[in-house]
Amino acid sequence: MTGSASDIVIAARDLTKNYGGVNVVDRVNFDIAKGETFGLLGPNGAGKTTTILMMLGLTEISGGTVHVLGNDPARAPLQVKRRVGYLPDSVGFYDHLTAVENLAYTSKLMGLRSAERARRIAAALARVRLSDVADKRVATFSRGMRQRLGLAEILVKQAEIAILDEPTSGLDPQSTIEFLGLVGELRAEGVTVLLSSHLLDQVQRVCNRVALFQSGRIVLMGTVADLARQVLGAGFVVEVEADGSSLDRRLAAIPGVTGVETLAADRFRMTADRDVRPDAARAVVAANGSLRRLSVDEPSLEAIYARYFQSHTGETQGARHAA
Amino acid sequence: MRREGSPFQGVGAVAVKELADNLSSARMFVLEWLIVLTALAALYSAIDSLRQTTAQDPFLLLRLFTVNRAPLPSFVAILGFLIPLMAIGLGFDAINGEHNRRTLSRILAQPIYRDALLMGKFLAGLVTLAMSLAALWLMVIGLGLIFLGVPPGGEEVARSLAFLVIAVFYAGVWLALAMLLSIVFRSAATAALVALGIWLFLTVLWPMLAPAIAQVIAPPDPRYAMLGLESPDTAVWTQMLSRISPNHLFSEAMVAVLSPTTRTLGPVFIEQLRGAVMGSPLPLSQSLIIVWPQTVGLIAGTIVLFVAGYVVFQRQEVRA
Repeated sequence: MTGSASDIVIAARDLTKNYGGVNVVDRVNFDIAKGETFGLLGPNGAGKTTTILMMLGLTEISGGTVHVLGNDPARAPLQVKRRVGYLPDSVGFYDHLTAVENLAYTSKLMGLRSAERARRIAAALARVRLSDVADKRVATFSRGMRQRLGLAEILVKQAEIAILDEPTSGLDPQSTIEFLGLVGELRAEGVTVLLSSHLLDQVQRVCNRVALFQSGRIVLMGTVADLARQVLGAGFVVEVEADGSSLDRRLAAIPGVTGVETLAADRFRMTADRDVRPDAARAVVAANGSLRRLSVDEPSLEAIYARYFQSHTGETQGARHAA
Repeated sequence: MRREGSPFQGVGAVAVKELADNLSSARMFVLEWLIVLTALAALYSAIDSLRQTTAQDPFLLLRLFTVNRAPLPSFVAILGFLIPLMAIGLGFDAINGEHNRRTLSRILAQPIYRDALLMGKFLAGLVTLAMSLAALWLMVIGLGLIFLGVPPGGEEVARSLAFLVIAVFYAGVWLALAMLLSIVFRSAATAALVALGIWLFLTVLWPMLAPAIAQVIAPPDPRYAMLGLESPDTAVWTQMLSRISPNHLFSEAMVAVLSPTTRTLGPVFIEQLRGAVMGSPLPLSQSLIIVWPQTVGLIAGTIVLFVAGYVVFQRQEVRA
């Protein structure tokens, strides 16, 4: 676990949600530390949104507990909702109102005073770069602008935890990069971010840790490197392009290297459980070879995801029938 | 177990926002003009017939509300018909509209309870209706002053105010019904159709069905039929059944409040009339006693429908 017990802002214990006899969230356990960016991954319908709604007290908890900032959302929902910002999946705004009016309404619901409201709204809109359309009706906004407006709402709230449900689905690449940049800024300010997505590449880009959901359960959890080790067997893939005598044996002798594949006479692919580039460079130099290229493939979440589901599909289907 | 914080937190903010939406919406504009124009037509014919016929009447102003001349119904009858339409128009997409715009989960993620959203919307709707009805009421009084030239007396104003209050509660029943349907049905179009169906059933079909059902429950006595009279049992059943419709309660209440000579709303027996001076008006307090059950019925209907909507809404899932 990344933090000590006092740093834990969200703690779920055996959290369960049952709809008509089916556990859509099934005994889920996780701890999220303050300042962490945590990714909820998984196919649609795996229970990510339901888990989020339970954390906000917006849907009843069937079993287990969840504590958000030390409060039970089922008993003290207002305490939780005062400090947690939520950007729902495909967020909607009142189209006939302007951006400022929309934010003014929700900030009134937050209980902010009028002077404070105006100040925070202006600042938040500037942060998400919507100042110049602040007085335009939201009806004219693109999807990316709406998502940014939703983020502005979280900024107005000065939330300690930001929960973003599928924030980038349906955005064009440019808007996605812009949005993830804003998420990065939030994180830099010490806001704990919980991001749910099925777009793996983005999650990998911004999250410290991820939890992989499958039919209501967390099947994998940890940092991307951890997961790569668990699922792919090795965390790093290093490619070496160099010439020299019997390089493959020298490379294989480096501690931590689990395999060396010879791609061509002068190209080798090594798998290792750590970043072995410095050792590889030394090995090439020791062999009096000339090093032309040394590259590392970060373990990709996509590969982990694909491999995991490949090897577990049969097994989980069996489990589902048994249940 | 008590929940933390007040369920009313945020009601004000919701109500103010919804009120502004209601007042500026095109839908409201259309409904307002529909009612104003129909009411003007009814008033015009009422004024016209009052000018020609009535010389001596202590309640000239109240006649404006109730007098009708074919083919137009009276002002009150038109209101009884159109107030539900207006209330349904305001309420049929109250909650499912938030669902469909995907604003519901965002709003409920703010530190308020669901109560606040529902109550704020209901209050805003009721205030909107009250404002429109008050405007209509002022219009009637104003037109009365201009065209009849008789200043209203204190009792007339008091009676017409009673009319206003009862009309607001009558609107409340339909608003609560429309909001209940907006919670039950996810599609706004379905909710609107069901609400309009209920409205047509209760205002048009039920007045025809009620006597028929009453005759089945209490078949007419041939002895009364021979005399060309209605059997008391059948008449009582007809009235009881008719009162299921809020429309009937409203029109009964209007008769008693706006026609001061009304002594009872049900069948009358001879012994009940002993000592009564026929045709003389009742004091306001007595008229209010007569309409009290109808008024309470309308208030109770509003509360029951609102509570039903509240219960359904509390248990509903917010995710779209």
